[in-house]
Amino acid sequence: MLLIPCPWCGPRDEIEFRYGGEAHVAYPADPPAVDDLELARYIFYRGNPKGRFQERWVHQQGCRRWFNLVRDTVTHEIAGSYLPGQGPPA
Amino acid sequence: MMRRLADGGLIDRSQELSVRVDGVRVPAHPGDTLASAALAAGGWLQTTSTVHGRPRGIMSAGAEEASALVQVEAPWSEPLVAAPAVEIPPQGLAASTLPGLRGRLTGDDEARHDRRHAHCDVLVVGAGQAGTAAAREAAGKGARVIVADRDFLPVDVDGDQVTVLIRTTAVGSYDDNFVVLVQRLSPERRRVWHVRAAELVIATGAYERPLVFPGNDRPGVMLASALRTYRERFAVAPERPAVFTNNDDGLDVARLLDATVIDLRRGRTVVGTEAGPGGLAAVLVAPVDAPDDAERVECDVLGMSGGFDPVLDLHHHRRGPVRWDDRRACFVPDGALTGQRVVGSAAGEGLPEVAAGWLLPGDEAAAYVDLHRDVTVADLRRAVDAGLSSIEHVKRYTLAGTGADQGRTAKTNASAISAELLGRRAGGVGTTTTRPPVEPVPFAVLAGRARGDRFDPVRTTPIHDWHVEQGAVFEDVGQWKRPWFYPRDGEDMDAAVLRECAAAREAVAMMDASTLGKIDVQGADAAEFLNRLYTNAMDTLKVGRGRYFLMCRADGMVFDDGVALRLAEDRFLTTTTTGNAAAVLDWMEEWLQTEWPDLRVHLTSVTEQLATVAVVGPRARDLLAPLVPSLDLSAKSFPFMAAHDAAVGGLAARIARVSFSGELAFEVTVPGFHGHELWRALWASGEPLGVTAYGTETMHVLRAEKGYVIVGQETDGTVTPLDLGMDWIVSKGKDFVGKRALRRTDTTRADRKQLVGLLPIDPHVRLPEGAQLVDVDSAPPAAMIGHVTSSYQSAALGRTFALAMVRRGSERHGETVYAPLPEGTFPATIADPVLFDPQGARRDG
Repeated sequence: MLLIPCPWCGPRDEIEFRYGGEAHVAYPADPPAVDDLELARYIFYRGNPKGRFQERWVHQQGCRRWFNLVRDTVTHEIAGSYLPGQGPPA
Repeated sequence: MMRRLADGGLIDRSQELSVRVDGVRVPAHPGDTLASAALAAGGWLQTTSTVHGRPRGIMSAGAEEASALVQVEAPWSEPLVAAPAVEIPPQGLAASTLPGLRGRLTGDDEARHDRRHAHCDVLVVGAGQAGTAAAREAAGKGARVIVADRDFLPVDVDGDQVTVLIRTTAVGSYDDNFVVLVQRLSPERRRVWHVRAAELVIATGAYERPLVFPGNDRPGVMLASALRTYRERFAVAPERPAVFTNNDDGLDVARLLDATVIDLRRGRTVVGTEAGPGGLAAVLVAPVDAPDDAERVECDVLGMSGGFDPVLDLHHHRRGPVRWDDRRACFVPDGALTGQRVVGSAAGEGLPEVAAGWLLPGDEAAAYVDLHRDVTVADLRRAVDAGLSSIEHVKRYTLAGTGADQGRTAKTNASAISAELLGRRAGGVGTTTTRPPVEPVPFAVLAGRARGDRFDPVRTTPIHDWHVEQGAVFEDVGQWKRPWFYPRDGEDMDAAVLRECAAAREAVAMMDASTLGKIDVQGADAAEFLNRLYTNAMDTLKVGRGRYFLMCRADGMVFDDGVALRLAEDRFLTTTTTGNAAAVLDWMEEWLQTEWPDLRVHLTSVTEQLATVAVVGPRARDLLAPLVPSLDLSAKSFPFMAAHDAAVGGLAARIARVSFSGELAFEVTVPGFHGHELWRALWASGEPLGVTAYGTETMHVLRAEKGYVIVGQETDGTVTPLDLGMDWIVSKGKDFVGKRALRRTDTTRADRKQLVGLLPIDPHVRLPEGAQLVDVDSAPPAAMIGHVTSSYQSAALGRTFALAMVRRGSERHGETVYAPLPEGTFPATIADPVLFDPQGARRDG
């Protein structure tokens, strides 16, 4: 079970969190203007890399806040967490 | 034959404990294991093997036991337990040996197992020399230390911050040093520990490996180190032992026991064993290069030592790498994982060098690799001859290493012998993966206290006691207990529901609607926020009015529905489907936090803070009026979808004209702790009118008659508002989440499934919900064109009816479709989903 560093609460057990999929998939700024392909990319397309992945988590059973995490999908090693709207740590 | 020595050992000879094996008394002392007591009594816990039915007995002195797996009967009940790992408790023990190494489950485990969470700086698993040293060192530095050891011997590590857990097995190691321990608190009770350790020290030692020669499975053939343990710890020793070894540790055991030595390194091997009274009679010893030239060496017990295998389960669970060590002939850790150390024999330290010869001469069909699964060298050869070259394939083909003992003493032999058969070097085919749990853990232990009533929280409304008093039958909706129907004397469900439905349509009826999810949405941007999430506009809603809404996911599929009541310019009270309340709050929070953090909105779940009673039926006004003398309830001054704050029977309440039945209805909401009082006041006022209580089934029938959908019943995540024929609720002007997706080519297909009403031609036939619909009344195959989503008997319609999702359904009203069921094929006519009061004439009473 992962030990996830919530940016607000500190390290907590994975069972307190809910996974939110790939990070930085923004809702279209002007949804009526996007074409079907762009819309499909927003709704259906997600990365599935082997290695480092920027993903969203929410501290469901804790502070209930969303944040981003960089996790290696092979080793489960967590490189760090950061707030929504920010870029990943170097 | 083994026998107990007059002195020595870590046993308390002053006390006798009562042990029964297969009903026969076996003397034992405190400090004994089931295996040591059996051996001391001259027995072997003899049983027959799984496949070949060969006699087998105790072959080890620990948890690696592959043969002597017994059924413990008392004081607890557990199948397939390694006898050498069973401590004899003070109250004694009863066990049985089942032929074929079978297990038997005997009733419920009623013991109160429990669970604990712990954090520490250092978790040491294994309290042998290396583990004890590591624990002492960490404790000396002031670290918080947990030492866990599977055995019951005392552990000598002291310190303020040291927790010593004996009789405790680390059964699994997971990400970020999360380790699960199972501790035996008493013979019956166990505790599961969830430990998060900054550092994990794996000091689990090594298991000795059998040599694989003909007849190596017979009772009386044991691991050499087990003979040492029985001699030194339990004071049980053979009379005329021999030791067959390929390393110096075996020689040490031979010296200790004054045994005859058969040293593989000197070119001597065992080609057969003979059974005798209480063990062996003799072994047949021959030169490796002349196996037919055998001589008979008399002995009652044969110790065998094929080298040692580090115990690396916890290392393997985290996919720790291993490498083959040629000198010691075993897999050793190839570097440690972050935050972990493998120490002592588990790291290969101090293990004897082995002069290996894996394939020994003699009858391969009698040379056992896996005693538990009855796998011989001949089986491995068959696998390799069949073309298998990966140890994982050989394992699946032969089942070597797949027994309840997890192949602890079998897997390295299986790997190395397979490699030799393939002409590769030992270690060349790798080793198999071990997975948690290290030893079987009963489900009852994992469940702990979370059983029966404690398995899942039960939520009840403030009015629950009344429902119980009235004999309601309850339905589980999520964690809620909701009254399903209220049977009167002798009524079945159908009769009760028909009566409740008629009351709501013809007089007045009440329902406890408190379980409906309720979210208080506050803030300057509350209206804008809801506008973006709901399919219809909320900014145009007047204060004191409510509006029904739908909510979609970004893919345009219906996610939830409810009623939003505008309490103030900057405050809405919104409802959710009962089972969806948490998911809806999460969904709203997600958008607020991740996409629209600039919106000034706060969300609060108030589901449990409020109790709501729906008063429904043409006489609802008559019921409510006496309790709210200050309020004019007429349709003119209190129209549909209006809300007023008023005292109801002296209780501060909010009354809203919301209807989920098509009838005149008032939903009265009070703070939760007044819920019961409110219900009783309303009920008292309704008694002269013959008020009837109704449950969720009647609610479902009433709403279905009106074609009102239930999210999760009519919808399943593939249904858009347009599929439900609800384009009237989809705003043409403003944008909302999911709106763009309603223009995708897939969501605009003409042949999508659409909501329809369904009237079976035979008005007594109630179609089962979930029934598939086809276009033809003929034998299959036939294309499935839809399915029944709701199906009831209707008091108002005097017949059965259903709602269904049917391909092109909205343009097929009046046509016939068929429901092919095991009992026959039933025709039904497609109709408008609103089957009762299509003009909505009843809403105002």
